[in-house]
Amino acid sequence: MQFLSTDGVFSVSEQSEQYAPYLERLTEADHRRFYRDMSVVRAFDVESANLQRQGQLALWVPSFGQEAAQVGSAHAARPQDHLFPSYREHAVGFVRGIDLLNVLRLLRGVTHGGWDPKDPTNGNFHLYTLVIGSQTLHATGYALGQKLDGRTNTGNHETDEATMVYFGDGATSQGDVSEALVFASSYQTPQVFFLQNNHWAISVPVTTQSRTPLHRRGDGFGVPNVQVDGNDVLASFAVTAKHLDDARSGQGPQLIEALTYRIGAHTTSDDPTKYRTQEELDSWVAKDPIARFEAYLRSQNAPQSFFDDVDAEAKDFASDIRCRTLALETPDMSLMFDHVYSEPHPLLEEQKAWLAQYENSMNGGESA
Amino acid sequence: MSDTMTNTQATGGDGAEAPRGVENLPMVKALNAGLRQAMLDDPRVLMMGEDIGRLGGVFRVTEGLQPEFGTDRVLDTPLAESGIIGTAIGLAMHGFRPVCEIQFDGFIYPGFDQITSQLAKLTNRHEGQLSMPLVIRVPYGGHIGAVEHHQESPEAYFAHTPGLRAVSPSTPNDAYWMIQEAIASNDPVMFFEPKSRYWPKGEVDFSSSAVPLHASRVVRTGTDVTLVGHGAMVTVLLQAAELAAAEGTSVEVVDLRSLSPVDYGPVVESVRKTGRAVVAQEASGFASIGSEIAATITERAFYSLEAPVLRVSGFDTPFPPAKLEGLFLPDADRILEAVDRSLAY
Repeated sequence: MQFLSTDGVFSVSEQSEQYAPYLERLTEADHRRFYRDMSVVRAFDVESANLQRQGQLALWVPSFGQEAAQVGSAHAARPQDHLFPSYREHAVGFVRGIDLLNVLRLLRGVTHGGWDPKDPTNGNFHLYTLVIGSQTLHATGYALGQKLDGRTNTGNHETDEATMVYFGDGATSQGDVSEALVFASSYQTPQVFFLQNNHWAISVPVTTQSRTPLHRRGDGFGVPNVQVDGNDVLASFAVTAKHLDDARSGQGPQLIEALTYRIGAHTTSDDPTKYRTQEELDSWVAKDPIARFEAYLRSQNAPQSFFDDVDAEAKDFASDIRCRTLALETPDMSLMFDHVYSEPHPLLEEQKAWLAQYENSMNGGESA
Repeated sequence: MSDTMTNTQATGGDGAEAPRGVENLPMVKALNAGLRQAMLDDPRVLMMGEDIGRLGGVFRVTEGLQPEFGTDRVLDTPLAESGIIGTAIGLAMHGFRPVCEIQFDGFIYPGFDQITSQLAKLTNRHEGQLSMPLVIRVPYGGHIGAVEHHQESPEAYFAHTPGLRAVSPSTPNDAYWMIQEAIASNDPVMFFEPKSRYWPKGEVDFSSSAVPLHASRVVRTGTDVTLVGHGAMVTVLLQAAELAAAEGTSVEVVDLRSLSPVDYGPVVESVRKTGRAVVAQEASGFASIGSEIAATITERAFYSLEAPVLRVSGFDTPFPPAKLEGLFLPDADRILEAVDRSLAY
C-alpha cells in the first residue's frame, strides 16, 4: 500500500483507493508539519548518536530511516488515543508532545522512565518498554479497559478512544505478541498493533522470524491486517487513521505492518557491517522517507524558504538537546528507594536510612 | 493500608444483607466471601483467570461471582499466563484493580517475565506516578497427591523480587481478611493460597476487623523453642507443638503471614525468649524464605541463641511423584527431630 513512489510521485492505486479519503483530512500545513517532524527527529537522532560517541550517553537507539512510519502513524492517532511504544519510537513521542530530552535521560542513566504518561502534555504516550514485546499485552489490557469503561464505540470518532502499540519484526517471535493478539481478538479490544518491520532484529533478518509476510499472521488470529509502505508518510498516515477508526468503532483489533528499514545500527553498540551488505543498505537509502516527501512537497510547490526554515529549526533543536543533555545531573540516591512501592515498606526504609548514614560516615560525618 | 477494614457495610443487590457473625467455613468459602466483599466494596475490582467464571475456578474459589457480577467483572481468559498478567497490567494502568488467578503454582512460570520484569518494576519505572494495584492468587503447595507442576512452592522467587509483596494465609479467617487487604493495597501482591488448607473448616469472624496484612503473629505461646512457618506449614507446626507438649517441651509457633516484607518483630521477640528457633517450609531449602528468616534471626538475636537456627524444608529436588510426597514434605515428626537437635545444643 503506497501513495508516494520512491521519487515522491503521488498516485492512487486500486489497492490504496479505500485509504485515499483519509488523506482529505490533511491540509498543506499538515503536510509541512509531517516533513518538519521527520526532519527535526532525524537531527535529534544524529545528535544523540554523537552524544553517545562522546561519552555523554550510555547507549543510543537510532530511529534513522523509520521516521515516516512513526510520524504518519502518530499523526493519525487522535488526542484521546493511548500509544504504547517499544524503545525506538522517538518520532512518535515527539509528535505526541513529550520532551525528547526525557528519552536521553533514560539513555544517560538518570532514570528508568522519563516522563509521566498521565500528564496531559505527554499526549498519552506511555513509557518505553525494553523487554521485547511486553508492551503489546499492556496495550491490550489498556484497550480492554477502554472498552469496559465504555470509552469507545459510542459512534463519535472525535471522542471514542483507541490504543495503538508499536513493536518490531523481532518482537513477532515473542510469545507475548501472540498472546496479545489472542487476548485482543477474543475480547475485541479497540486497538491497532503497529508493526514496524525494519528488516533486522540486531543481526537477525526478518526471514529468520517468519516465513510468511508478517501482517498475514493477523489472519490466524482473526485480526484484519494490511501491509503498508512505511517509508511513505502519507500511506502510513492514511492506513493508521482508517484502522484506528475501525478499532474505535467496534471492529476490534487491527494489525498494520509498515515496511521500513533501520538505516542506522540497532544501537550504538552494534556494527551492522558485520551482517548486512552495502548494496542492501544503499537500496534502502534510496528509499529514504524524508527525501521522498521532500520531493513530493517540492512538486506541490513548497518554497525553498520552507526547507531552509525546517533545516534551521532541526539544527536548533539538536543544539538545544545537546546543551540540556550536558546539564543533566545525577539523581539523588532517594530515587533508588522511594518508588519501588506505592506504600511504605520497612525493609527499604531501613536500607535507605542505612545508606544515608553510611555515605555520611564515608564523607567525614558521624560513623555508622 | 486497610488495617481498619471492617465488614459491617456489606450490601449488594436490592437491600442490605443480614450482618454475618462467626461462621465455620473452609478456606475456599472464606476466600470466596472475601473476593465477593472486595467486589461489592469497589466497582473497579475485577477477576481474571482460566476457568474462573462459568466453572467458578478449578478449586471453586470464585464460584458464583460471575453470575453475580457479570462477565465484564469476572473474565474467563484465554489459556496463557503471561497474557493474563500482561493484560491485567494494562487494566491496572486504566484504573482497574485486577485479581488474577493462576490455576496452579507450577503454571506461574509462563507469567514470570511479566510479573518480575514489568509488574514489579512499573511503579519504580514511573517514579511513583503509577500504582500497580494488582493481586495474583496462587494456589500452592503439596499434600494433595497431584501430578507434576501441581504441588510446588514457588514463593521465594517472588519474595526475592523488589516491587512485589507476598503473603500467605494459614487459616480461613486470615484468608477472608487478607485477600481483601491485598486487593485494597496499591502495590502488587502475590497471594499464596495453601491448597492443602482449602477444605478444612475454621472459624471466620465476619464481624471483627482485619489485622495488618504484613504482620506476623504468635499463634501458640511456649518457652523452650520457637517454630516459624507460613501457609500450610503452620498447621504442621501446631501439630508438632502439641506432640512436644505431651513430652514436656513448650513450643512457641509464629505464623509469618507475610513473606515480603517480613514482620520480624514477633519472630525475634520470641527467639529472644526461647533462645532456639526452627524454621520450616514446604519449599526446597536452598536460597529459600527459610534461609532468609534463619539468617535474620541469627543477625538480630545472636546473643539470645542457645543453638544454631535450624531449617526443615522440602529437599532440593523437584517435587516428587505423589506417592513420595510424604517423604518430601516436612511433617510433625521431621519438625520434632529438628526440635530435639536444637534442644541438644
